[in-house]
Amino acid sequence: MTTETINESLDDAHNDDHHDHKMTGIKRWLYTTNHKDIGTLYLWFSFIMLLTGGAMAMVIRAELFQPGLQLVEPDFFNQLTTVHGLIMVFGAIMPAFTGFANWMIPMMIGAPDMALPRMNNWSFWILPFAFAILLSSFFMESGAPNFGWTFYAPLSTTYSNGSTAFFVFAVHIMGISSIMGAINIVVTIMNLRAPGMTYMKMPLFVWTFFITAYLLIAVMPVLAGVVTMLLTDTYFGTSFFDAAGGGDPVMFQHIFWFFGHPEVYIMILPAFGIVSTIIPAFSRKKLFGYSSMVYATSSIALLSFIVWAHHMFTTGMPLFGELFFMYCTMLIAVPTGVKVFNWVATMWRGSMTFETPMLFSIAFVILFTIGGFSGLMLALTPVDFQYHDTYFVVAHFHYVLVTGSLFSIYAGAYYWLPKWTGHMYSESLGKWHFWCSLISVNLLFFPMHFLGLAGMPRRIPDYALQFADFNKWVSIGGFAFGISQLIFLAVVIKCIKGGEKAPAKPWDGAEGLEWTVASPAPYHTFSTPPKVD
Amino acid sequence: MSRGNQSWLMGAWLMLTSLLSSSAWADTQLNLTKGVTAVSREVYDLHMLALYICTAIGVVVFGAMFWSMVFHRKSKGAKAADFHESTKVEILWTAIPIVILIAMAVPATSTLIDMENNDNSEVTIQVTGSQWKWHYKYFDQNIEYYSVLSTPREEYENQNGTFEGNGAAKNENYLLEVDRHLVIPANKKVRFLITSDDVIHAWWVPAFAVKQDANPGFINEAWAIVDEPGIYRGQCAELCGKDHGFMPIVVEVKSVADYEIWLSEQHALTAKAADAEKASLTASMSKEELMQLGESTYMAHCAACHQPTGLGLPPTFPALKGSPVATQGSIADHIDIVQNGKGMMPPFGKQLTLQQVAALVTYERNAWGNDTGDLVQSADVKAASGE
Ligand code: HEC
Ligand code: HEM
Ligand SMILES: [Cu+2]
Ligand SMILES: [Cu+2]
Repeated sequence: MTTETINESLDDAHNDDHHDHKMTGIKRWLYTTNHKDIGTLYLWFSFIMLLTGGAMAMVIRAELFQPGLQLVEPDFFNQLTTVHGLIMVFGAIMPAFTGFANWMIPMMIGAPDMALPRMNNWSFWILPFAFAILLSSFFMESGAPNFGWTFYAPLSTTYSNGSTAFFVFAVHIMGISSIMGAINIVVTIMNLRAPGMTYMKMPLFVWTFFITAYLLIAVMPVLAGVVTMLLTDTYFGTSFFDAAGGGDPVMFQHIFWFFGHPEVYIMILPAFGIVSTIIPAFSRKKLFGYSSMVYATSSIALLSFIVWAHHMFTTGMPLFGELFFMYCTMLIAVPTGVKVFNWVATMWRGSMTFETPMLFSIAFVILFTIGGFSGLMLALTPVDFQYHDTYFVVAHFHYVLVTGSLFSIYAGAYYWLPKWTGHMYSESLGKWHFWCSLISVNLLFFPMHFLGLAGMPRRIPDYALQFADFNKWVSIGGFAFGISQLIFLAVVIKCIKGGEKAPAKPWDGAEGLEWTVASPAPYHTFSTPPKVD
Repeated sequence: MSRGNQSWLMGAWLMLTSLLSSSAWADTQLNLTKGVTAVSREVYDLHMLALYICTAIGVVVFGAMFWSMVFHRKSKGAKAADFHESTKVEILWTAIPIVILIAMAVPATSTLIDMENNDNSEVTIQVTGSQWKWHYKYFDQNIEYYSVLSTPREEYENQNGTFEGNGAAKNENYLLEVDRHLVIPANKKVRFLITSDDVIHAWWVPAFAVKQDANPGFINEAWAIVDEPGIYRGQCAELCGKDHGFMPIVVEVKSVADYEIWLSEQHALTAKAADAEKASLTASMSKEELMQLGESTYMAHCAACHQPTGLGLPPTFPALKGSPVATQGSIADHIDIVQNGKGMMPPFGKQLTLQQVAALVTYERNAWGNDTGDLVQSADVKAASGE
């Protein structure tokens, strides 16, 4: 399809809310096909989910504050950890990135909107239903899913508490939503780039979302497949994962992690894109090694398909398998390292300032790298036998997901808030948010490394006495981190309500088409494509 | 430095000192255990190697970052340079990591090959996980038994006060103690065949660097040659349901001579138990005796699911108080479900003596107001199981 025909069909889709008379009230949000509105919906939704999943984490940390069962029953504890994980992965991080994609990709490539606006509306609006289904199971007789976010069979089939059907349907809806969102991103980027914007001229941000969207299209169907097999095993008498019927419970893990490992890159590649935009802006220097960044991102994406069994070293794989997956996993550290070095080289001999987006980006680089280090250690199969399923792994994935993905989301939010709202956010509140988060997040997650090394398994509601000291501090860090996130809510509300008027380009070092339009960005931008040379 | 920054530093410093000065830290472990096998020490060395390498890379990378943050800031008048690519540098920092990775992969490979060599074992023990206990079976020895958490429920339910309120309310090996240890000889290659009766568990003893999943329907192998007698504790390491946190592993390593003594004791005990079992067939216990034995057996083996109150945790674990099986159904059906299990209810026939089952069934039919008045004797159990 040519750019022109797509632009025409976009105009069709917009006929009902054409140009400046958008609908008002709830209808505006329900019927909207505008990429900015949908981006906003995604971002608010993900923040609400972050607070919901966070509230569960608070209960978990309160229970683990000291040895003994204080607040919740072990079974409810398992429900909390399971739903916490599912919400954070599918409800907080992924929709936040889709929100960024919606808001920024059209503006960065000079497109009037996403290529498939009606599907865009649909892919957002099914999400709240998915999570309503998931959360409603808390109020049912069975209780919520209690088998971990990785839902290993047969704990989630023969031995489940009856929540499996609700869980499966919720995951299906989330998956459909993600696939539609991803298709939209791919089609938009392939067809709607402004004249002159070749692939190698696209902002790195757009590149990372482009690659992530392919990963999503590749692995979400695998997730859909595995949950469907789970469903039929539980309710329709199949035995894919039941040895008694000729199946194999380990096969479940292979299929799950074939989805699961690319999934972790789905949650970090967009983060790479965001910080690769922000670091050059506040270093006032071009991104170092743009093309090597593109190649590194692509090779990470490709490698992510052949490392899945590093999550399964203890399942009894043959030696050859263990070696293969160990080497491949270690190999991923190479392109990941290239990215980190490029960011450092971008800062090197720059002219740096430290506004909140930059603070979060710098913290991202350091703390994500710490998560990468523990990832590298986990890749060494013999030692993984010791680390696996302990708090060491919990520390690893929270470093990459909280101080990685989530911090990049904050960085991006602060960076583009002026463009979104037309007002500058409060820099002092932003700095409060950053420093409170930085200190508490490390108090929360760093000692988990020690707990894991000392032998504390993950997913337990009570623990031996030698783990008591660290758990107390971890819980204190947890509460502090939880409260700190409310500062962000205050920043955003304040920024929407008013504040210093933002110029079209509030950051002197920023580059990109999004800064050529006014702040706040008009409801429709780039109705005629800009020229890029 | 601004005032705000100073108070932050102050706060951080206070936090750090209070963290470090707490008296209990003396026995807090920070690092991986070295363990007591050749393999576990290799694993420890590999861990330290990886840790040092990561720390070194971290110092270089973060050092460069902090350097530019301090010296290349706009407020100090730094002007941005305008280089933004260099193929030479890119190749260099692709190649160096590859070399470092190879340096780690080599020892990792040789350790892994060692770990996976299960040949030439001298003792073989089958380890079976089930919700939420371990079963050990010695090959060629006719010894097998279950190993169950022995920390009393009152302790983890804080019935004697909480940990902070009264530290004495929990004993030293809280949650890491079991009724019967797994006993193995030192300096012999012991092979573990690991499997499960229900969901996936994982058998993990950090001091041996052994962690293997127990998969239902499949058998995994692991091995250890322990060179120091002693008691080593571990835990289940794969989420296996409600009481995943309550199925510890305790291995007692004895010198070969002591191990032989232990074996013959076990054989004597097995013989004695068989005799007692036979004797119980003709004996008849009073209601008090049955109820007493029934209660203690119930608390040890059944209360995790059916709860001490008999109310269960519906819908997954049914109440026994007022349940049709325990009040109206036939005694034979009741015995059958306890011995052979049903759905998620595990079979207890292997684990309990006839007398214990008789006492349990009597207890369940008379406790919590079930008041059927039924008395069940060992002989009834034997008859019901049709052996
Ligand atoms: C792992 C959890 C678990 C343990 C431990 C357990 N049970 Fe059960 N029990 C169950 C479940 C689940 C059922 C329901 C089985 C079904 O109907 O499918 C059940 C059912 C029963 C029933 C039938 C109740 C009815 O109304 O259907 C009896 C009797 C019973 N158990 C006795 C015992 C005794 C005696 C013990 C201790 C030796 C015990 N159970 C230990 C889980 C457990
Ligand atoms: C250098 C790159 C990385 C390497 C080498 C690596 C390696 C590993 C390994 C080996 C495990 C399995 C540990 C175990 O269970 O024993 C693991 C777990 C995990 N990793 Fe990574 N990782 C890397 C980066 C990331 C990133 C970028 C993310 C996400 C943003 C991530 C998220 C996770 C999660 C969520 C788990 C735990 C899954 C679970 O069991 O619930 N990792 N990682
Ligand atoms: Cu992975
Ligand atoms: Cu377990």
